[in-house]
Amino acid sequence: MVRNKHLTEKTIQKTGRSEFQVLKRDSKYLRALKAAFPHTIPIFAGFWFLGLTYGIYMNVSGFSFWYPMLMSLVIFAGSVEFVAVNMLLGAFNPIQALAMTLMINARHLFYGISMLDTYKGTGWKKFYLIFGMCDESFSINYTAEVPEDVDKGWFMFFVTLLNHFYWFFGATLGGIFGSLIHFNTEGLEFVMTAMFVVIFMEQWFKDHTHTSALLGLGLSALCLTAFGADHFIIPAMIAILGVLTLLRKPIEKGGGTA
Amino acid sequence: MTLTQQMITILMVVIGTMMTRFLPFLLFPAGKPTPKYIQYLGKVLPSAVFGLLVVYCLKDVSVLNGSHGVPELIAIALVVGLHYWKRQMLLSIAGGTICYMLLIQLVF
Repeated sequence: MVRNKHLTEKTIQKTGRSEFQVLKRDSKYLRALKAAFPHTIPIFAGFWFLGLTYGIYMNVSGFSFWYPMLMSLVIFAGSVEFVAVNMLLGAFNPIQALAMTLMINARHLFYGISMLDTYKGTGWKKFYLIFGMCDESFSINYTAEVPEDVDKGWFMFFVTLLNHFYWFFGATLGGIFGSLIHFNTEGLEFVMTAMFVVIFMEQWFKDHTHTSALLGLGLSALCLTAFGADHFIIPAMIAILGVLTLLRKPIEKGGGTA
Repeated sequence: MTLTQQMITILMVVIGTMMTRFLPFLLFPAGKPTPKYIQYLGKVLPSAVFGLLVVYCLKDVSVLNGSHGVPELIAIALVVGLHYWKRQMLLSIAGGTICYMLLIQLVF
């Protein structure tokens, strides 16, 4: 005890910072990780499953596990990675690959616009937060209420990192053991739908007016009927942007949504 | 495709994805005031986007064929009901997912 105290005093003299401060600094990361983890549990279930499916798909398409492993690490955008399998199997056409990726991922532009303020002041973490801004990371980081004693930047960093890891983990496992896995997980993919329904509701509870939420649902459903499953996202985005722009005055008068 | 061609294809997908994620931050850097219109969009877009994401998840459900979207409808109703009642995110998600799995594995 005495020796410890002596050591602590020595440390304070040497580094100008007490053990208590060091402890507090360390637990800042742990606190953020602990706060972030529960929010990512549904994603764990969903990504583990989807990543596994993706890895298996790559495996049966004749690619070694290195492909899903590296691609899940550097791309981290689920739907486009599935499409990329077809791109790799087809004729070499880099411009088309770029154009298709831009089309499929165009919705991320909306996430960026919504996160301009939220990601402000997160330092070097901002780069990774933007890099890892998939549907799920965006949704959690936008809606989650971070406890006051938790650093928001680190909270969002761990949400993104955990999601990234789940995806990587699932894709790699699928790529390695793809052909060996047999059990009935049919319907597990619904976990993602359920999560977005819950996030939609959380946002609904927060909103004063529901114009924007209803427009999002209605215009997307309309475009889905009109353009079909593979081509509805861009028209839906344009429609949402157009109508929200036209309704700017009344919506802002009504107190906005936030 | 050769290995180099594969690498270029993957690189294109990486570049495309990063463009859609980084572009707003490059156009409206933190140091400069963001235009009022973009601020407005930043506020109202998320609610619409979550609606878009729900529809996006359901895009492959066919109302005319197969199970006509009935298992999806039941499971979503359960998620909404559970969440309205308890407001426990994990409970609502787990409840809905288990219900959906049981429905399509055993009933439909």
